[in-house]
Amino acid sequence: MICVLTDPFAEANAENSGAGSKEYVHIRIQQRNGRKSLTTVQGLKKEFSYNKILKDLKKEFCCNGTVVQDPELGQVIQLQGDQRKNVSTFLVQAGIVKKENIKIHGF
Amino acid sequence: MAEEENQNEVSGEMQEDVKAESTDFAPFDPTKKKKKKKKEVVIQDPADDSVDKLGEKVDNLSVSDGLETNFSGLKKKKKKPVQTDIDEKENTGDELDDHIGDDEEGEGNVLQQNPWDGTSRDYFYEELLGRVFNILRENNPELAGDRRRTVLMPPQVLREGTKKTVFVNFMDLCKKMHRQPEHVMTFLLAEMGTSGSLDGQQRLVVKGRFAPKNFEGILRRYVNEYVICNGCKSPDTILSKENRLFFLRCEKCGCGRSVAPIKAGFVARVGRRKAGT
Repeated sequence: MICVLTDPFAEANAENSGAGSKEYVHIRIQQRNGRKSLTTVQGLKKEFSYNKILKDLKKEFCCNGTVVQDPELGQVIQLQGDQRKNVSTFLVQAGIVKKENIKIHGF
Repeated sequence: MAEEENQNEVSGEMQEDVKAESTDFAPFDPTKKKKKKKKEVVIQDPADDSVDKLGEKVDNLSVSDGLETNFSGLKKKKKKPVQTDIDEKENTGDELDDHIGDDEEGEGNVLQQNPWDGTSRDYFYEELLGRVFNILRENNPELAGDRRRTVLMPPQVLREGTKKTVFVNFMDLCKKMHRQPEHVMTFLLAEMGTSGSLDGQQRLVVKGRFAPKNFEGILRRYVNEYVICNGCKSPDTILSKENRLFFLRCEKCGCGRSVAPIKAGFVARVGRRKAGT
């Protein structure tokens, strides 16, 4: 698991996250068909194991989700449903991100 | 607070009117007029008045000892007895040296007149402050502290079909904020994570279903980030682009800051995928 994350990809993406002075974690929402929605978490540190975080998130919120590999933004966690509040509280509580570094987007 | 002020103002005006009727002076400095009137009384029988003055002084001193609570009490008194006070003065204009009338005057005139007028005590800071603001409000009301907040009207949102939302007064809001519609639009679309465009009547059509509240929340964030000046909180700002960076410049205080460019961020693929990909 861990060796997957210490691959050349990480270095390639590092400059991307280093560009901003503060590395914000963006939590977004996206509308789907009907009243369904999708929550995306972008900008977590590369050192974290996305899959493990995802596993916990899924278990905690009882929803499905995936890790998506984006060509520009690196890995992004996707979750089903509007989990913005949940995700932000979870990330803060787990000590993964500080509260001031989380940006919640969407309405 | 604002209400109270309004009431005060209104009642103050009324008082002024009444006074203007009763005494024919130039309708400007109310305190002066008041003084004239009082002086008349003083002339009537000075001895009694001096005694009254003393009484008043004692009263005031005792009040001033009590600090906070008494101040609030004063304020309340200010508000209430004004209306009745006028009537009484009209009726009992001459028998002011009467005990009750004197009392009434001492309290009721706090609003218009300076509370220290008849006395030789020191001025309180609060009183002087109130006086300054009263004068300021009379002469040029726009300077008198109460900051008028620019109010944006709530967004009017229509549903176009089932999947699109039309933001009707988008242009008006942009004009009110002095921002390019394109900039506002990109921000809205990036925040909502959808696509959209301006239509023929300059309305914003957004894909997806959104409530007016949603728009309002996003607009509020937009205003906080791209309109309001950090220093003085005034919305009179100009957004300009200088070699690929956006700068916000305040018209009021002249301070400037850079603002983050709008980034759409990650947008997941939603909906049907084509068979080919």
